[in-house]
Amino acid sequence: MSAGAIELALRLPWGERVLEAHGVVRLGLVGPSGIGKSTALRAIAGVERRVSGRIVLGETVWQDSASHRFVRPELRRVGWVPQDARLFPHVDVAANVGWTNAAHDELRAAVTRALGVDGLGARRPRHLSGGERQRVALARALLARPSVLLLDEPFTALDRNLRAQVIAFVAGHVRAHGIPLVVVSHDERDLGELVDHVVELK
Amino acid sequence: MPGVDAIDPGAAIALSLWVATWCTVLGAPPAIALGWVLARREFLGKAWLSALVLTPMVLPPVVTGLVLLRIFGRRGVVGPWLGAIGIEIAFTPAAALIAAIVVGFPLFVLSARAAFVAVDPGYDELAATLGDGPARRFWRVTLPLAGPGLVGGALLMFARSLGEFGATIVLAGNSDDTRTIALAIYSLLERPGGQDQAWSLAWASVVISLVALLGYEWFIRRQRRRLELQ
Repeated sequence: MSAGAIELALRLPWGERVLEAHGVVRLGLVGPSGIGKSTALRAIAGVERRVSGRIVLGETVWQDSASHRFVRPELRRVGWVPQDARLFPHVDVAANVGWTNAAHDELRAAVTRALGVDGLGARRPRHLSGGERQRVALARALLARPSVLLLDEPFTALDRNLRAQVIAFVAGHVRAHGIPLVVVSHDERDLGELVDHVVELK
Repeated sequence: MPGVDAIDPGAAIALSLWVATWCTVLGAPPAIALGWVLARREFLGKAWLSALVLTPMVLPPVVTGLVLLRIFGRRGVVGPWLGAIGIEIAFTPAAALIAAIVVGFPLFVLSARAAFVAVDPGYDELAATLGDGPARRFWRVTLPLAGPGLVGGALLMFARSLGEFGATIVLAGNSDDTRTIALAIYSLLERPGGQDQAWSLAWASVVISLVALLGYEWFIRRQRRRLELQ
């Protein structure tokens, strides 16, 4: 399956920093913390209004400040994994993972098993470790059948073995399902297997 | 002669419960909506809207009663219009209900606003990216997370309206039809030998308040277990 290309031309707040990427399907963003990498992901997700510029996914224009176009986040349907995982605290892991009810049972079983969260269904987010939370959030994003996957430092809480496994799974999954990808990381080593283009913000 | 007729404590308890329950039920949707708007939206005149709604909380209730009488009285602002279609408000049980709503409403709105402010808007954002529209996000995310604070607000409004006296006696009067527990105790204290009955009504209000407070505690505990915050 081929994935839609991402086109970005964003002016990030705090200074005159510009993020540009054209025709990239799997994009990595690196740079020191506080430079606006997470803000760029939020802009792509559609929950950040302070960023002006242009965001296009495949044929669809999500934002074009010049023509005042802004597609609401619920219509973009991205798979966003913020740094804090942000699992809904009032429901259990199963309800978090199945929040969108967008994936059929086999896909759900395959993804939760591959990420090692299939046994956590009845647990509350409060009682998960940091690494478990990241993997549950990843499962929730993938099972939303997203138009693009947005990962914000998603592997930081995983030990080295697990990290390699999860990265390999995500890399395979997005390629098999044709899901474009934007990954933010401070560690370029995480990106090699996942992306085909890296932009450094500085 | 007014005031010498027998006072029915059962009727007073029933009326107080009726007023407090309905004022909370009727007040909940607008209080929740207003609390959300004040917590999450910026607009012109927000400070004025907030002040207007909260005013009855700081005014002496008697003054609130006077203003309401000026509005709903037979020669008031909307009273004659309502009278023309056969609706009397002043000095009816409905007046006791309106007085209780106006006086208790600010407490619910304040609690609701605080409850919504305390909910991290990040969850709403995340639900949006997962395809939930504004109404669905409110229902699935914001409302359940604000739940305990909202129930607290409902309890405050219920309790405040149960004890409402000043605005009620001005707008509803102190007749057989409008005598709540507070008004009945006031009447009983004015007549010889009324002390005992006054005390039995006082005990009744203690019991009602305790039941409400224990119900609130039960709800908070259940909610905490669900969230497992501790």
